[in-house]
Amino acid sequence: MKLTGAQILIRTLIEQGTTDVFGYPGGQVINIYDALYEYKDQINHVLTAHEQGASHAADGYSRATGKVGVCIATSGPGATNLVTGIATAMLDSVPMVAITGNVPCSLIGKDSFQEIDITGVTLPITKHNYFVNNIADLADTVREAFTVAKSGRPGPVLIDIPKDVQVATYEYEEQPVTEKLPIPKVKDKLIEEAVALVNESKKPYIYVGGGAAGLGLGEEIVAFAKKIGGVIGCSFMGLSAIPQESDRFLGMQGMHGHYASSMAQNEADLIIAVGVRFSDRATGNVSKFAKKSKILQIDVDSAEINKNVKVHLGLVGDVEDAFKRIADKCEAQDNSAWLNRVDQLKKEEKGFEEEIAAAAKAPLTPKRVFDIINELKPEATITATDVGQHQMWAAQYATFDRPRRFVSSGGLGTMGFGLGAAIGAYVATKDPVVLITGDGSFGMNLNELATAVSYKIPVVIVLMNNGVLGMVRQWQTLFFGKRYSNTVLGRKTDFVALAKAFGADGYLAETEVEFKKAFEQAVKANKPTVIDVRIDKDELVLPMLPPGGAIDDIITKIK
Amino acid sequence: MDKKQFVIAVYVENKAGVLTRVTAMFTRRGFNIDALTVGETEHPEYSRITIAMSGDSLAKEQLINQLKKLLVVKKVEVLEEDPIKRELMLIKVLNKSENRSDIMTAVDVFRASVIDYGVEGMCIEVTGSPSKIDAFVKLMQPFGILEMCRTGIVALDRGNKTLFSE
Repeated sequence: MKLTGAQILIRTLIEQGTTDVFGYPGGQVINIYDALYEYKDQINHVLTAHEQGASHAADGYSRATGKVGVCIATSGPGATNLVTGIATAMLDSVPMVAITGNVPCSLIGKDSFQEIDITGVTLPITKHNYFVNNIADLADTVREAFTVAKSGRPGPVLIDIPKDVQVATYEYEEQPVTEKLPIPKVKDKLIEEAVALVNESKKPYIYVGGGAAGLGLGEEIVAFAKKIGGVIGCSFMGLSAIPQESDRFLGMQGMHGHYASSMAQNEADLIIAVGVRFSDRATGNVSKFAKKSKILQIDVDSAEINKNVKVHLGLVGDVEDAFKRIADKCEAQDNSAWLNRVDQLKKEEKGFEEEIAAAAKAPLTPKRVFDIINELKPEATITATDVGQHQMWAAQYATFDRPRRFVSSGGLGTMGFGLGAAIGAYVATKDPVVLITGDGSFGMNLNELATAVSYKIPVVIVLMNNGVLGMVRQWQTLFFGKRYSNTVLGRKTDFVALAKAFGADGYLAETEVEFKKAFEQAVKANKPTVIDVRIDKDELVLPMLPPGGAIDDIITKIK
Repeated sequence: MDKKQFVIAVYVENKAGVLTRVTAMFTRRGFNIDALTVGETEHPEYSRITIAMSGDSLAKEQLINQLKKLLVVKKVEVLEEDPIKRELMLIKVLNKSENRSDIMTAVDVFRASVIDYGVEGMCIEVTGSPSKIDAFVKLMQPFGILEMCRTGIVALDRGNKTLFSE
């Protein structure tokens, strides 16, 4: 059957299993939007307030489900507005297909109105990108884009389609959903070497990252830890992978990780790294990182082996399969001396936490905010965040009852990510969504409140308002002699009134009782709600490993 | 660290924009390339990029793994320790009567050839290993080099070994 390029695009998206797309119309995608109108019974389009919001929504959609998120923008500024969202997805290996329109081929290269070389712009921040200048290639390009986005180490793919290709007609024939490319299994000999390393270890530390988080291996990793007498820590991207009630799970390690988790990693004699890439925020100074430890790394991406830290043994291939084979073949060990040592570290951690809690000056502390959220949030709640202190508190304190419940920009650290991502996560799952944000981050993309209200997305926005850009200010406090350059906002924004102006609910919470009441009401009302939570501007995220520092430099208390 | 020069051959799709993808990756990852050439191969759908890079074994491993991640890259291979390496240079030198016979002797010894001859200057073509080219440049320096350009190396493994043989 002969269809236009725009129809072929939408039909191919539907064919590849896309049920929702996020985007914003414009001059060079009118034809695509016309086709969306035609197929609206089969594909749902969410109109965001800004293309950046659409890109984060597609990202959140994917993080919450593992499906490929799709966003659409017009040429020029529409396309460049996607850039931050695409880069965010790239750094966290999130499968996404971004579609942009462009000027007709005859106008390409002439600095035409709203013309931008978006494949050039996004070259370093996509897994791959395509400029489709021939309608004959369109459907197969879209199919290939999905395969690339979801195969191996996932990532974002951009397809740029000039207007004349959208208008031209060509034969279309529906095809099945493309499969992920098979990932090679790790060779038996290497698995044996890995098993030998694990069997030798008296102090194993299983280190879980984003490459394992979506695999649903939580129970099995806990069972493995019990079998080999080991403990579990995770990177930021590994959060929500491991059932938190397990006493073997020490939480996130790294710059703002849990004390016991970072210390145990430093004292371990073997780090079993599962889908984790040893980012600088996780390792601190690499030349001083885990010096007493051998590292066994399992990753789907061969370029991650020996990239940031030199490993003892790198296994490249199917992470789930390799992990299961190693877990299966290892000998049972109790390593009670190691577990006792870790228990001691946990006690020290508890001591620091109590000290911090006792030092609090404000009636509502970040820790208490999370205690209340954890207690009151419904089952299956997704926690989305923005970037800054609130994000690190979320990483330390938020609980998750299943994988893919933590939606946060790790690698790129994108302020303004949260609201769009929360909307995407809700559209994908219809599960309850709480957005933890700060007054700085929220100010960046709060326009998406309009989207949440229009589409009746009941996101509960916990705005941890301290009137400052808390994370940068924390660095200024600790490393810049309290010279608070441009981190004191001093804005007069009334967030409760602002929420109401958008058609959402708004509450102010200055005490625990007020916050509890507001949160309960927000969950019950089942509509977008902003809770303006007042916290002290001097609250720090602790512990902290100073940037480029080592474990001995850990800061555990406020001086 | 043992910093050594190694030569990598890369088969890439013979399409527009492919070289940009490869070189942009080098820039982004901070790889320092000594030389890079690109040209047609025995397969019309592929081009061959020859890269000379200095670095330790970790840098080499990282470069190869990053190259393999590019969709347009079909095959990456480090050439053996001592591959056949050739480079071509065009070099224009001053043609002064007092130097002429010295220049012509060098051309003869290096099996180079004079491809353009004028009263003021002459252009010489030299082919050979990069070290031979370096030596020729050094030799010409006292006579006055007006302009020169080098292709960068092309390289193949010795014997019947190819990029596609196991």
